[in-house]
Amino acid sequence: MQTLDAAFSALSDPTRRAILARLAEGEATVMELVEPFEMTQPAISRHLKVLENAGLIVRRLEGTKRPARLAKAGIEPIDQWLGMLRDALAKNYDRLDKVLADMTERKDTR
Amino acid sequence: MTTMAKLTLTTEADKYVVVKRHFAAPPEAVYRAHTEPELIQKWLLGPDGWTMPVCISEARRNGKFRYEWTNAKGHGFHVTGEYLELEPFSRIVHVERMFLPDPTPDNHVETRFDPDGDGTLMTIRMTLPDAETRARMLATGMERGMEASYVRLEGII
Repeated sequence: MQTLDAAFSALSDPTRRAILARLAEGEATVMELVEPFEMTQPAISRHLKVLENAGLIVRRLEGTKRPARLAKAGIEPIDQWLGMLRDALAKNYDRLDKVLADMTERKDTR
Repeated sequence: MTTMAKLTLTTEADKYVVVKRHFAAPPEAVYRAHTEPELIQKWLLGPDGWTMPVCISEARRNGKFRYEWTNAKGHGFHVTGEYLELEPFSRIVHVERMFLPDPTPDNHVETRFDPDGDGTLMTIRMTLPDAETRARMLATGMERGMEASYVRLEGII
């Protein structure tokens, strides 16, 4: 759960979510992220650091650049977790569908 | 009616969680199913295997509610809360916290029941004290209906 905590904490920032959305399209360097986000290089670097620490992205060395890309291993548990939350809720509401069907069929019982 | 996605669960800004679901019943029925104990007990159970032996719901302004869940192994947990605003049959505002066994931070919840074709579009907007709490809540699945799956998932039971 430690990993998920860090991941959700990292995801609580809209800029970082937007960076992830951008990286979902493919690898990008800090400079490539500076432009669309209209932020300074240090600001982008800080966000990348948080994402990296949370295991959501990985970076490789390419000369002086460190391009970032999504870390499948970090993203998948979140996907699965949100999927499970949806499933639990979905189960409740499927049950509620039946309760409601009963209620509307026998409208005069209460 | 079956073409629309049944359930959406999204985060908004830094401390909101929004859940939407369509029901093929009028707002009055959906509202009652959220406020009348004998109806709540039939569906607010999370994954299979759990029951709600205690369901208190004082559906009035400043009324309290308390839901207790248990499974065949005798494990359980509960949620308490207060109704802040009730507008039959369109809107409920309440706060709740879950005991695991320590209480989680208060979750402020607005639930709307809007007419949607022949049925109802229910929109639940949860407001957590801050982004950290929301992150924790999502990570621990404390939201109503998610509790049991969390408990099971974490091997607490």
